[in-house]
Amino acid sequence: MSPLLAASGPVIPNFGGAPSTYACERANRLFCADWVTRNWSSVLWPALRQHIVLTVIAVAIGFAISTLLALIAYRRGWLERPVLIVTSILYTIPSLALFELLAPSFGLTRTTAEIALVSYTLLILFRNTLTGLREVPAEVKDAAAGMGMGPMQSLLRVELPLAAPAIIAGLRIATVTVISLATVAALIDNEGLGVPILTAISGEVFKTELITAGAMAVALALIADGLLVLIQRWLTPWTRAGR
Amino acid sequence: MGAFGQALQFIGRNGQVPGAPHLPTLVHLTLGTVKIAAIGVGISVAIALPIGLWLGHIHRGSFVAINLGNIWRSLPSLAVLAIGVAFLGLGLRNVELALVVLAVPPIITNAYVAIDGVDRGAVEAARGMGLTEWQILRSVELPLGVPLIFAGIRTAALFVVSTTTIAALTGYSGSLGDIINNETSYHLSGVLGAAIVIAALALVVEGLLAGLQRALTPRGLKLSKRQEVTSALAPLVTEPA
Repeated sequence: MSPLLAASGPVIPNFGGAPSTYACERANRLFCADWVTRNWSSVLWPALRQHIVLTVIAVAIGFAISTLLALIAYRRGWLERPVLIVTSILYTIPSLALFELLAPSFGLTRTTAEIALVSYTLLILFRNTLTGLREVPAEVKDAAAGMGMGPMQSLLRVELPLAAPAIIAGLRIATVTVISLATVAALIDNEGLGVPILTAISGEVFKTELITAGAMAVALALIADGLLVLIQRWLTPWTRAGR
Repeated sequence: MGAFGQALQFIGRNGQVPGAPHLPTLVHLTLGTVKIAAIGVGISVAIALPIGLWLGHIHRGSFVAINLGNIWRSLPSLAVLAIGVAFLGLGLRNVELALVVLAVPPIITNAYVAIDGVDRGAVEAARGMGLTEWQILRSVELPLGVPLIFAGIRTAALFVVSTTTIAALTGYSGSLGDIINNETSYHLSGVLGAAIVIAALALVVEGLLAGLQRALTPRGLKLSKRQEVTSALAPLVTEPA
């Protein structure tokens, strides 16, 4: 919120020193590498770390909730529609609006940010997990039953592993979505990569900080996506065999 | 009265705050939001739809079309806006550029997947009947691809509406984001009221596009593929890893 931003101080700090120092920052050139090195440990790295923590918490909680819902809906089909309707509506609400709507009830805290972030993961994770489970061929389930597996054993050792590619595809989308929305969450809880972006944009624009923090957010999303692809390959080696 | 009651009153007052009569009305800002969102979606559809349809028709460029969708999902809108500000400065130009950057990929990806996945038998039959390539695209592939093509446009439109509000953070004024970004003038009730209007706007846009999609979908397709695409996300969500 705006008071928060105003409190975060002037955009271009009082650099101090002789006018010849920090010439790049004073001129507000597109990219001042010196500024990045000087502010890495005090501004950029903490923001990145907070961003990762925010994301991991949101995806983990969202994954737990939606997996539970998907498993119930897998056995009891009637649950699918109500869950889809509610989570679709949550997903449709623009992030900025949702953060503001939650703020009066939960305050300008990390809890508020996490509630909103989790709510954006539910539709994707629920839908993908359920689709993955439903697409397990009936013959495979019959074979598992024929081998003497109970429903729980079949679920854990046959159905969930076969659904893993779809589940992880959902995790990929949920993770990059949360990384994206967590930048906006900075308005609420004043942490993450959104903070340097919003600082650099309030008042006078400071280009170096905008470009660096923006690029870090994009890079974080791409790296997280890539890591999940690697995890999927490692967990489901059989998906590569046929290709 | 709770915060939400005051927010509803704020909406009822059309966005005016007692003691500050000069504020732009809620209707004005909502129309402003719709305007920049419509321009953004319009430009994106004009760019992306022909590319996606043509790539799908010739069954080429799947790598580009699919990976574009994957990269797109990784782009935080605030980051795109921020980087744009550094190059273009604050203002409408940067906002529209960001909107187009964010809206083009899902439209291309979905249009490609829609046309590429049209039953080859139907296309061959049309070719055998002597239809030209253009006629095949227009009267066979396009109608059959409507659900998926629209799913892409719906995803893009939602994204654009959402991003227009974030654009206010980057100094663009004239949208509902102005209120959210200016709690000093509008107080908490105004911010909440604007958030409610934005959420409602997104749901209305989604509903309108869903209705348009249903109207454009051929009747036979509706009967055979009921519930195929229940949400704007369906194709992106269920796409394989």
